[in-house]
Amino acid sequence: MARRYLPVAAFAGLIVAIQLGTLSIGAEYHLTQLTMTAYYSLVVVGLCMLIGYAGQISLGHAGFFAIGGYVTAFLTTWDLKTNHGAVVSLLERSGALVSRHDVYGGNLLTVHPWLACAAAILLTVAVAFLVGGPVLKLKGHYLAMATLGIGIIVYRIVLGTDFLGASDGISEVPGFPLPGGLLISGDASSRISNYYLAWGLVILGMALLLNLIQSRVGRALSAVHGAEDAAGAMGIPTSRYKLNVFVLSAVFAGLAGVFLTHYNGGIGPSEAGVMKSVRYVAIVAIGGMANLWGSLSMSLVLNYLSLRGYFGTYDDTVFGAILILIMLFAPDGLLRRHLVSDLKRMVSRNPVEEDAP
Amino acid sequence: MTLLSVRGVSKRFGGLQAVNDLSFDVAAGAIKALIGPNGAGKTTIFNLISGFLPPDSGEIVFGGEGIHAMSSCEVATRGMVRTFQHIRLFPKMTVLENIMVGRHVHSRAGFLAGMLNLPFTWKEERRIREKSREIMELLGIVDHAGTEAISLAYGQQRVVEIGRALACEPKLLLLDEPAAGLNMRETNGMGELISRIRDLGVTVLLVEHDMSLVMKISDEVVVVSYGEKIAEDRPLAIQKNREVIRVYLGDDEC
Repeated sequence: MARRYLPVAAFAGLIVAIQLGTLSIGAEYHLTQLTMTAYYSLVVVGLCMLIGYAGQISLGHAGFFAIGGYVTAFLTTWDLKTNHGAVVSLLERSGALVSRHDVYGGNLLTVHPWLACAAAILLTVAVAFLVGGPVLKLKGHYLAMATLGIGIIVYRIVLGTDFLGASDGISEVPGFPLPGGLLISGDASSRISNYYLAWGLVILGMALLLNLIQSRVGRALSAVHGAEDAAGAMGIPTSRYKLNVFVLSAVFAGLAGVFLTHYNGGIGPSEAGVMKSVRYVAIVAIGGMANLWGSLSMSLVLNYLSLRGYFGTYDDTVFGAILILIMLFAPDGLLRRHLVSDLKRMVSRNPVEEDAP
Repeated sequence: MTLLSVRGVSKRFGGLQAVNDLSFDVAAGAIKALIGPNGAGKTTIFNLISGFLPPDSGEIVFGGEGIHAMSSCEVATRGMVRTFQHIRLFPKMTVLENIMVGRHVHSRAGFLAGMLNLPFTWKEERRIREKSREIMELLGIVDHAGTEAISLAYGQQRVVEIGRALACEPKLLLLDEPAAGLNMRETNGMGELISRIRDLGVTVLLVEHDMSLVMKISDEVVVVSYGEKIAEDRPLAIQKNREVIRVYLGDDEC
């Protein structure tokens, strides 16, 4: 039990150390990109669960991220003041709507962020269930193509829909209020609290996924990954498990979309783009496929570098190149699970005798 | 008492009638062997019984319940588990983990319980481990518990696969060529193991090419040729059956 949570605690320590580090060199503006990195990391670890442990692939996760982000952005910026329908007044009386000032000093009546978040997650789950059912019957390249299609559909929809802002996206999304006076927003005054909130969410997600991997369900998913027919013959409902893990990882992406949209104060169609999906897959691949910690650490480094603009105009090129290089030279990923034991075996002369009792 | 009853089952693949109006019963507590020349349809029959393929017609009754329209997963939850002609162990998992997967149908922690690591799952996990260890001790593979299953020698992988099936506590165990690829010593060991499994109260149906093994351990033998049953009897009688000798050795009797 302690062995499972020790790395989680160590990672939390790292997050604190990074914050103190930025404080000591007076570079706290880095926390903004680090916070955004946290939300992208949430997508990555959810995708890692799907790819690395359950052996399925999704090239459409940016689509789920965008569904989460766009639903919450739309609902929290859509002014209902002029709408006097029965539903609106019912929602208003039940406290599901909030009134706030927009940037021009006018008054807005919109859906409460919490309700918007719930709606966003519900839609993410519904879409994932709906497309996952038929799509997960496919394997390998076919599954990759089908999920790529999902991503493209979402991208074209948000790009071509006027009330979603078309190519401009949606801006002026309010912060997301939390108990204790906390607010998920990009306001510079709450930079530190937002940094910890975001990474706290990632750590919580990691703990949940690590538990899942160690559980009966985790073994079953691993079995489905390794030999699907044999897993079925052991009484594992393989299609249901694949669908559940697909939905779970879509929820991670959707939640990340919701919170990053509130943090950034908006969302644009590029978040739904195919290159975003490729980027998530590339990070999982370089992180070692079936290695949550590897994916998380690679996500931390690469997303941060990308968001700080270190890759310049070659941003997408870098992630495309990573994917190609990993597939060519290290299909099990760079930080694969048995890396340490493999290295030890390479170093020691008599690996087999060592194992004997 | 009849545990499994195959009644008039047929299966066609395009122009090939793989199984034709096949019927036989497996009595509870018995070891029954299914033999026949290569291409007789034995593995297809296994796939039909275990829910990997749906039959075109006929019914398969297991423990009083028609299972011919069920998936392999549903069949497994009812207490029928199979092994594969080509060993299908789970790669990247240890021997212990492979066998623990076999406990799936006897545990219930789902996605939510697993993620939240709910207290009831701790107890369940402990029971899964204990039971798996028990099975490994029974099969003499407990020393390999922490080894990656697919890195074991071929014969041991077979034993692990059987262990995984036993972890399901099946009423009926289907073994698809359990002695294939084993040397003589290992084959003898396999025969003893199958008899021991039967003595534990597990009914066994096996497809096997090793005739000395079949004749030694089986209570009854079904012989199929071109998808049709040509004989069903005790091993000694099967050895003397003219039709069986004909399909195995040809028309030209010496």
